[in-house]
Amino acid sequence: MKTFISLIAVSLTAGIILLVTANLLEQSDNNDGNTLYVYNWGEYIDPGLLEKFYEETGIRVVYETFDSNEAMMVKVNQGGTPYDVIFPSEYTVEKMIKDQLIIPLDYSRLPNAKNIDNDISSRMPEEITAYSVPYFFGTVGILYNEEIVPELKFSTWNTLWDESLENEILMVDGAREVLGMSLNSMGESLNTTDDEKLQTAADKLIQLSPNIRGIVGDEIASMMTENEAQVAVVWSGMAQDIMRENDEMNYTVPKEGSNLWFDAMVIPKNSENTDGAYQFINFLLDSEIAAVNTEWVGYATPNTAALELMDEEVRKDTRFYPEDEQLESLEMYRDLGPEMISRYNELFLQFKMSLD
Amino acid sequence: MRRLLAVPYFIWMLVFVITPLLLMAGYSFLDFSGNITLNNYAEFFSGNYIKMTVSSFWYAFLITIFTLLVSYPLALAVRMTSNKTMWLLIIILPTWINLLLKTYAFIGIFGRNGVVNGIAGWLNIGGFQLLFSDAAFIIVSVYIFMPFMLLPVFNAIDDIDNNLLNAARDLGASRTEVLFKVIMPLSVEGVKTGVQVVFIPSLSLFMITRLITGNKVITLGTAIEQQFLTNENWGMGSTIGVFLILMMLIVMIFTGGSSKKRVNKI
Repeated sequence: MKTFISLIAVSLTAGIILLVTANLLEQSDNNDGNTLYVYNWGEYIDPGLLEKFYEETGIRVVYETFDSNEAMMVKVNQGGTPYDVIFPSEYTVEKMIKDQLIIPLDYSRLPNAKNIDNDISSRMPEEITAYSVPYFFGTVGILYNEEIVPELKFSTWNTLWDESLENEILMVDGAREVLGMSLNSMGESLNTTDDEKLQTAADKLIQLSPNIRGIVGDEIASMMTENEAQVAVVWSGMAQDIMRENDEMNYTVPKEGSNLWFDAMVIPKNSENTDGAYQFINFLLDSEIAAVNTEWVGYATPNTAALELMDEEVRKDTRFYPEDEQLESLEMYRDLGPEMISRYNELFLQFKMSLD
Repeated sequence: MRRLLAVPYFIWMLVFVITPLLLMAGYSFLDFSGNITLNNYAEFFSGNYIKMTVSSFWYAFLITIFTLLVSYPLALAVRMTSNKTMWLLIIILPTWINLLLKTYAFIGIFGRNGVVNGIAGWLNIGGFQLLFSDAAFIIVSVYIFMPFMLLPVFNAIDDIDNNLLNAARDLGASRTEVLFKVIMPLSVEGVKTGVQVVFIPSLSLFMITRLITGNKVITLGTAIEQQFLTNENWGMGSTIGVFLILMMLIVMIFTGGSSKKRVNKI
């Protein structure tokens, strides 16, 4: 028994000592003002740039990644690590503002923010731009195999209901994306809260079920690369990744309109290095840096100055850099509140249950 | 002193078993804004979730039956080999690999251009639509759960005294009679444990349903994940959780009662 107690005592002391030293170390890091905690999506920044940022400013970046806005929110809410810069999607920015998790940005400390395309940022509600700067943007659209289904041009969402596509469509596992697609196909807004319209959209979706091969998550990328299905409803960023691996695929956004999404940079309230955070955001907004980063990540950048430095082939690609006319038809997701989100998910679940 | 030793275990049970269960039961009576309500239960009985429960049960049943059908003969075969430990180790080895990793591997195997269709094409027997089918779901689940069924069944079969089998043969029983009248009744406890270990987790499978069937199979596990992560409706998620636990209890009652009997015999 004595050994038992002493064992516990020893491990407790060791634990406490480690905890205290770890805390001391962390503090000394932060007090120097030379460590920055960055929380971003996986594979979403050129790692070379972190190195470069350190050389320029002497600030060491501690880089952590998440794979969904929801997972990120859970971790930020717990408040374990005080992150300095986070990269949530626009609807999550809205939620973080409501939950008072982030601070309004002082644009005088972000001179490079002038590089951001006004056309695009003006589409974001002011309250969102006050708290965040767009990082990359994109749409939801149709990825299709050009060699197999060339006669279907997918200029309208309704093409998805075509009988020839039986068991050929993969979809992303998101209630907003899938119901929004159905709402768009009826010419409705993808932020509809009218229950009757939602129900009609859900009924229309159920008619689509014979064509659905599966509803999957990020696996969709590797599945489409391997030609598992001929058509997929995906985000443009994912489509770009797939098209780089698989030449047969092409991407289009139907004319009725679709979703316009952003991933943005925000500074959380509990940041301990706000100075460094501003420096980091401003660094990423620099035209040359942003051009290098866009090259590496491969998503569409809202940074006009950076875009001018890129190849014409990239710049003029209207599939990923939509022209004004098309931009008009695009809509951002608004935070509809938990009850409405529940309703969307309930209808989405019904759709899933109609598959077989 | 003896009692003192039980204290850590008691604390553990209190913190990690009893409190979470009570919390979950409590949450199941709360709505979005934290008001006390019975709506979650009303919603559970209003259609969708009942259908989901039935389908969860059906698939869990199929998975358990097929796992048993594969594991029982295998356990018998392992008993007869001279190097049991080695064979057991080989069968259990896959459980050392991460579950997700194994599931991803099956995507590659079952895909349109996957291994199975590659071989089928080479043999000229045409392409199969395996991925996203019920069959694929059952095969992958059986593969994953097989070791958990095999171990208790094997232990029960291995415990049977060889003399009993020899005596049965001496007294004129045929091989099939030995199997059905001696081995099977004596291994029933192992089968019960195996059924519990397989049936209960397969009720709430969720990752495999998305990866292998593309959400064409929807179980209660999927619904719980969605309620907690996407809807952030902890109340509804907890309600489904409560029902899942109730169902597991029922399964335990039907397959349980075994440990008591054993103690009595000893």
